[in-house]
Order: sequence, then structure tokens, then C-alpha cells
Amino acid sequence: MVNFFLLINKQGQTRFSRYYTKNLMKAEERVSMEAEIARKCLKRSDNQCSIFDYNQYKLAYRRYASLFFIIGFDDKENHFSILELVQAFVEILNTYFENVCELDIMYNIEKIHIILEEMIVNGCIVETNKNHVLSLIMDMNNKT
Amino acid sequence: MPYYRLKDLIKAIRACKTAADERAVIQKESAAIRTSFKEENNDSQHSNVAKLLYIHMLGYPAHFGQIECLKLVASNRFADKRLGYLGIMLLLDENQEVLTLVTNSLKNDMNHSNMYIVGLALCTLGNISSPEMAGDLCAEVEKNLGSSNTYIRKKAALCAMRIIRKVPELHENFLSRAKALLSDRNHGVLLTATTLIIEMCLINNETLQTFRKAVPLLVRHLKSLVSAGFSPEHDVTGVSDPFLQVKILKLLRILGKGDAEASEAMNDILAQVATNTESSKNVGNSILYETVQTIMEIQSESGLRTLAINILGKFLTNRDNNIRYVALTTLNKTVSIDTNAVQRHRNIILDCLRDGDISIRRRALELSFALINESNVRVLTRELLAFLEIADNEFKQAMTTKICLAADRFAPNKRWHIDTVLRVLKLAGNYVREEILSNFVRLIAQTPDLNAYTVQKLYSALKADISQESLTLSGVWVIGEYGDILIKGGSFEEEELVKEVTEQDVVDLMDSILAGPYANQITREYILTALMKLTSRLVSTSVIQHIQVILERHSTSIEVEIQQRAIEYSNLFKFENIRPAVLERMPVPEVKEENNRPTYESDSLLDDIDNPKNGGVDSLLDFSEDVTNPKVSVVPETTQSTVDILADIFGGGSTTTNSTITTTENIIPNEDIIGIFNSIPSINSNIPTNVPTNIPTQNIQQPNALDNLRLTGIDSSRGLLEFNVASVPSSNLDVFSLTQPEPEKYVAYNKNGFKITLDPSKDSSNPRIINISVTFHNISVGATVQNLLFQAAVLKGQKLQMQSPSSTTIAPGATAQQMIRVSNPQQINIRLRLRISYTSSGTKVDEVFDFNSFPQECW
Repeated sequence: MVNFFLLINKQGQTRFSRYYTKNLMKAEERVSMEAEIARKCLKRSDNQCSIFDYNQYKLAYRRYASLFFIIGFDDKENHFSILELVQAFVEILNTYFENVCELDIMYNIEKIHIILEEMIVNGCIVETNKNHVLSLIMDMNNKT
Repeated sequence: MPYYRLKDLIKAIRACKTAADERAVIQKESAAIRTSFKEENNDSQHSNVAKLLYIHMLGYPAHFGQIECLKLVASNRFADKRLGYLGIMLLLDENQEVLTLVTNSLKNDMNHSNMYIVGLALCTLGNISSPEMAGDLCAEVEKNLGSSNTYIRKKAALCAMRIIRKVPELHENFLSRAKALLSDRNHGVLLTATTLIIEMCLINNETLQTFRKAVPLLVRHLKSLVSAGFSPEHDVTGVSDPFLQVKILKLLRILGKGDAEASEAMNDILAQVATNTESSKNVGNSILYETVQTIMEIQSESGLRTLAINILGKFLTNRDNNIRYVALTTLNKTVSIDTNAVQRHRNIILDCLRDGDISIRRRALELSFALINESNVRVLTRELLAFLEIADNEFKQAMTTKICLAADRFAPNKRWHIDTVLRVLKLAGNYVREEILSNFVRLIAQTPDLNAYTVQKLYSALKADISQESLTLSGVWVIGEYGDILIKGGSFEEEELVKEVTEQDVVDLMDSILAGPYANQITREYILTALMKLTSRLVSTSVIQHIQVILERHSTSIEVEIQQRAIEYSNLFKFENIRPAVLERMPVPEVKEENNRPTYESDSLLDDIDNPKNGGVDSLLDFSEDVTNPKVSVVPETTQSTVDILADIFGGGSTTTNSTITTTENIIPNEDIIGIFNSIPSINSNIPTNVPTNIPTQNIQQPNALDNLRLTGIDSSRGLLEFNVASVPSSNLDVFSLTQPEPEKYVAYNKNGFKITLDPSKDSSNPRIINISVTFHNISVGATVQNLLFQAAVLKGQKLQMQSPSSTTIAPGATAQQMIRVSNPQQINIRLRLRISYTSSGTKVDEVFDFNSFPQECW
């Protein structure tokens, strides 16, 4: 299952975080863990693989411009699927915000949460189809 | 001044230059939000909660917004409700009582006419459900599983999964619905339903049996996905719904595992997926990867397994690092299932040792070691030795150990075995574990026909390089032991150069190591002993005189152990009648017992690295292992033998008190020599008879020559027992001040009118150092305590220093003090093994006991 989903920028600042494991919710631990993960991701070069072990988690990340999209998951999850999930998420954000940038994410955290909520529930993948997710979100926004 | 909008708050935080500024802004804003909550200002409720979510993300407390979230949930506006549920998911955890308040809202919303509101409620329950909520809302979720709306069915399936995770007994409620969902036409529903069923099968074996009947259905689903043409709705870079394919493959794996019939039913489709899936894209690889895992776990045909391993082999040639990484990880998992199939990809795996990415190198290395067997040991070892030369330093110790273990296990002949270990020592002699070294020495001793070869090799290796510690140690030991063979061999050829070796050359080499920059206390200890042995192996008087000069030079060494050896050895020259016997060759150690070996039984050599096992109860290190491992230490026999060891190390009686380094006739029964005596079973009548009798039993358990050497004292000055330190002038002893505060004291011993109390306190300069003030109370009537000797040992990882006692004689009613200083870098429990001996009213008391009652705050 997916344990957490992080968006961290090149300065190591967390721009978005969503945890699916409750024991990770302690604020201080969360912040220091995010900082450590950011350091680890930033340290890796392009010719290194983007999947690695971190404590009891596997981490997979993809970098888009200045943002790292990082997923922490357990060994049972398909590594490549996770990378594909990140890709799908980014494509959805990109369509929704029309060329998404870091500021869009910063100022619209609530929306990012809502989009992610359609894709992952309780650490399990619900929906990955870009068009499905987008039409649901649009429909939801229109109806209210 | 509060920032009324989320945007303004974010801007203000971004403008902060320091973390302190950021804290100040957030504290101020949090206060404003609280005030606003109190005033029940409904207009700003939404923006306040949104701001709290942001504050929460930054790692600041935001729990005070929980009730506001509940209020938002009760709102009629969809946007408010949505934010309220989001806040609940992020800010609440399942232990909180607030959750019970949410239950009612969830129940209402699950029956709402708006599908998005039902979806929100399901989503929330799916994320936060506690066991109580699971029970309360199970019926609603079950109803929603049968909804006509795909969106609701999809969410309800994952919600049901959360519920059965929390309360497994509830899984039966969802059984019939879940079965029906498997025929659902919507891919989203199928995906979540499969996830739910996987969970159900994992928690209940009967359910697993039931769903085995669904294998043909799942196979049909998979087949239609694989053979379906392009469908824009589900296409991901040319593959039809890869996420669903992966999920179905995972469920098939669970259903097929351990069941021949189910495995049989899925063989064909697995082969079809494995051959037809496009491997040039990431999505295709995700499916192939899942297929490989399924094939390896179910009872598949052998042809299929080979196909699976070949897919991984193909992954290895891929240019994408992630794919190579995953392939190596998976091969590591499967290598024990089908080693031969993996062997075929050996060359590619070895190529990965030169990959630019350290994670890949690490995985490839693990795999290479798992592949070593009798038939390929020469080839693979050659490759690994070549890699050892360029390997990252962090790999080296594990590599040296594993190469030597592999050589030990699969060596085609002794000559090759010796050459291999020698090469390891030359390439990475500073990264070799002690066991490996002692195994090597044992190997040499057990191979008398190669002694000349080995000693010559080591001699020329040392001539070339003295910077590799383990090479130096083994070389010195072997030259000391077989110096006569080295000289007798005369000149020998090394890499086509004829080398001469004379007695003087050998001693000069030793001397140059002593003078060299790499010498440390252990090498010095080894060299002194080796030189001493050489005095009985060499004949030239001038060379022997040279050795005496070297010994003389070290008799004033500031290292106690070195000084002691030098003096003892020098004095041994006064006993010419026994000197040759004392210095006789070490007996050939017995073939090692199986339980002395590092664990070979495990499938992979890797385990050896992670769980070093020092064979048997035979070394100082094991003493500490026994103490740290309660399972072992409760076995009375083991405890007994560790006590023996302690007694041995402490010097077999009172011949070595902690304040004397004698140069008198007391020399011979000293511990060093005793060890040597005991390792020579054919001891002759010249030997003094006061050898303690408990040592020989030790040697039976311990056939290792090098370790014997260690037992005889080489390590005693550096290991856990540093009771000699007090006699060394040392500046850090000044730290002990006599003005200790008057805290609680712990009674460690109270018998026969003699009491010992311990008073621990943390060192003022370093909290990782504990000063223990030991007070000896003579509470007897009229009996004076004399010849007091107190000794202590600590756990591995801790170090101990002892000062001299304030007095060794205590009159009735008086006390004496002694300071112990324990450095405890890991701040773990302090357990002391203590030995006390004294004479009181003419009776000698000698006791060993443990003390570990210090409370945690002491360490």
C-alpha cells in the first residue's frame, strides 16, 4: 500500500503532504522525516535509480521541474505502477491547472487533496484514468 | 493582525527569513483562528480550516480545529462539507473521541442523494475508520457496495477493505457483494473490488478457497485486457489499463499459491501476458514484473519459470536504472527457487557490479554471492576479487568476509584457497574481520605441505606492502610460527624474480614494521610474540641478540601490554632449559566443528554478514554476547563457562594485582605464558606446576590457534576488561574528584560482614561517561579485611577504567573507596560483572557476581 505522498521542492520545502499511516502523524517526526527524504532525493543524481529503500519504506520519486513527487510505499506494491501513478497524477494536475507550477500547488492545496482523494483512498489506488478523474472533479465543482 | 485569507497567510510565511519568524507568524495566526472559532464566526470558518490544513502540513499543531471540521461537515454547502471531511481525515486520528461524533454525520451522508456526498463519506470512513466505526457503519457500506452508481460502488469497496482490516470478523458481510463485483463491467470498480478481495483472501483461508472458483473469471478479465484492441478510455501509453492488470495478477498469485488446480488454470494466460506485453515502456514493465512474481510464487510449469527469469534477465540489459534495480531485487528473491535459471544471466549480473549507481552495485553484489557454487567458484571469485580492488569502501568488509566464506565452502583445493584469502588480504587487508583472519591462520596450520609456500608468499607480500593490517598480522604470525621453514626454503621465485631470504632479513622486516607508520598496538603485540618465537627457530646468535635488543627497547613501552610482554620475554632468556619448549610450534588446530562455522546452512551467504556469529563460547566477545542475550545467560552451563573465562582473564589467582607489573621471579606463571603452555598438550616436566587447571577445558572448546593467542592476553588490554589501566599514569584520571554529591547508593554485595555499595553519577563533562564510586564497608566485628582486590567487567561497546582502591586493608567499621569510570557511548544499560577477593580472619574469599540494578536515569 501507499504510505505517504509528498511534494517537495528543490529547496527541500514540503509543498504538499498526505499520509495514509496514522502512526506517522506526529508533527515533529513528520517534519524531520520529510527533511531527510528531501535531502536523500536531492542528493541523487539523474543516473541513479529513482526507487530506493528508506527505513521500512520503499521510496519512488519523479522530478518535474523544481518539484519532487515522492511516494512512500511498502514492498508489496508494484514499483513501476507507483511511478506510473505519479505520472498520471502530474498529468491530471497539469490539465486541471493548465501547465501546473509550484505556486499553483502551494496556493491550492485543498484542490490537490481533493484530486488525490479521487485517486488514492486509504493507501490503495482507486482510479488512475486521467479523464475519469478530471471529469469527476469538474462535475463536482459545477454541481456546487 | 490576522491574515484573513489563506493566500495572504502563505505569502506572509514565504516572506519569513528565518524559522523563528515563521513560527511567530504561525503562532499569531493560530491565535487569531482560535479567537475566531470562539466567536463562532461562520463566515470565516471555511478559510480558517483551510489555513489550519496548511499550518498542519508545515508541522505545527492544528488539532484545535477538529470541532470546526465537524461543524463544516454538518453544513449544507458541498464545498464546506468537503473541506470538513478533508480536515477530519488530516487532523484526526482514530483514537480520538471526536470520531464518535463523526459517525453520525457519516451515516447520514452515506444515505444522501448526492453521489459525491456519499463518495465523500465513504472516502472519509475508508481513511479513518476505527474498529467501533467499522461495526457501526458496516451495514451502510454493504448497502453502498450494491449501489447502481459505479462511483459509489468503487469507493465502497475500498471502504469495506478498511473495515475488514480493522475488524476481520466483518468480512463475511461483504462476501456475496464482493463476488458480484468481480463481474462488474467498470474497470474502476473491478480494480477496487480486486483490492478488497485480496485483503479478504489474506485474512481468511475459507474465503481464499471460495475465490479460487473465480480464477477462470479473472483469467477471462485478464485475457480481454491483453487482447483488447486500443480503447481510448483505458489506454495508458498503448497498454490497456495496466493498473487493473497488475491487480488481477496479484490476486491470481494469492489464489494460485499452493494450489495445483488454480495454478494450472492460470498457466496459459500468464505465458500469454509474459510474451505479449510490450517491454519498451514503464507500464509494460509493471505488468511483466507482476507476472514474474506471480509465476515464481504459484505452482507453475518449469518452462514458465524459465520464461520469468529470462524476463528479469532482459530487464538487466535495459538502460533504465529503475528496471535494472527492480530486476536485481527480484532476482535476489527468486535465486533460491531456481538458481540454475539465474546462473545463465551471471555475466550481466557481474556487469552490473560496474554500474554507475551504488544501489545497483549493492544489489548485484548480493546476487553474485548468492550465485557462487562449486562449479563456478573460480570464475566468480576472480571477478569479485577484481571488483574488490575498486569497490566502495563501505562494501569491503562484507566482501572480504563473503569471499573468504565462499572460498572456505567451495575451494577446489587448498592452494587455491590460500591464494584467494591472501589476495583478499592484499587488496583489502584493512577491512577484514577477525574471524576471517583466524580461519586463515587455522587453514595454514592445517596445511603443513603448503607451509613453505604460504610463508614465502606472506613474506614477500609484507616486503611489498605493510599498510594492510590483516595482511601484516597474519604475515607476522605465520613468519613467527614457521620462520625456520622460511629460512630453510632459501631463495624462492616470486613473479619471476628470485628472492633471497636470510635470518637477518626476517628480523629487519619485523623491525621495519614496528618502526613503520601503520604499526598499532595489536601489530606490536603480534610482532613481539613472533620475534620471541623466532628466537627458537633461528640459529644466528647475532640475530637473536638483535631480537633481544628489540625486546629491551619495548620494556619501557607506555603500552602496558607491550611492556609486560617485552619484560616477560626478556626474562624468559634466563630460563634456557624451558624456553624452547615454551616457544614450541602451536599444535595443529582440530578441524573446526560445524557449529564453530559461521552459519553456512542459510541459503544465502548474505546472512553471515548481518549476523556475525563468533563460534562457541570461546572468546571475550562471546562473554559480552552472553550477557546481552538473556536466553543464553540463563543457561547455567554457559554462565559457568563465562565465569571461567573471566577467571582466566583475571589471571588465574591473585598473581596479577592491578598495581604490579613485576619483573621478579613471578614471571613464569603469568597469564601470557600460561596460555602458551596450555596450548602445548605435550608439556614436559620442566613446566612449573602452578598452572590453573581450568584453562585446558577452555582449549578443548577452542581449537583456534590465533584465538588462543588472543586469550593469552593480546586482547585483554584493549577489550572489555581494562583493569590494568589504573597503573598507567593517565591525565584523565584527574577527572575523578573526591567531592561526590550524596546520592542514593546501590548495594552490590553484602556478605560475611563485608558490604559493597555503588554510587553512579554522570560525568559533568560528558553524560556518556558514568563515574561509579565503589565503597567497601567492613561492617564485621573485629575482623580486618586484607588483600582487597576488586575487579569489574562491562558489556561490549562500553569501556571501563579503574583507579586503585584507596586502601587494600580495611579495619572493622572503616570503609575504602575505589573509582570506576564507564564510558557508555550507546547509553545502554550498565551491567557489571564484578569480582571481589579479600582475606578476612584468615579466610580467603573470592566471589564473582553480576550487578545490573542501576535505574535508567543513571545511563
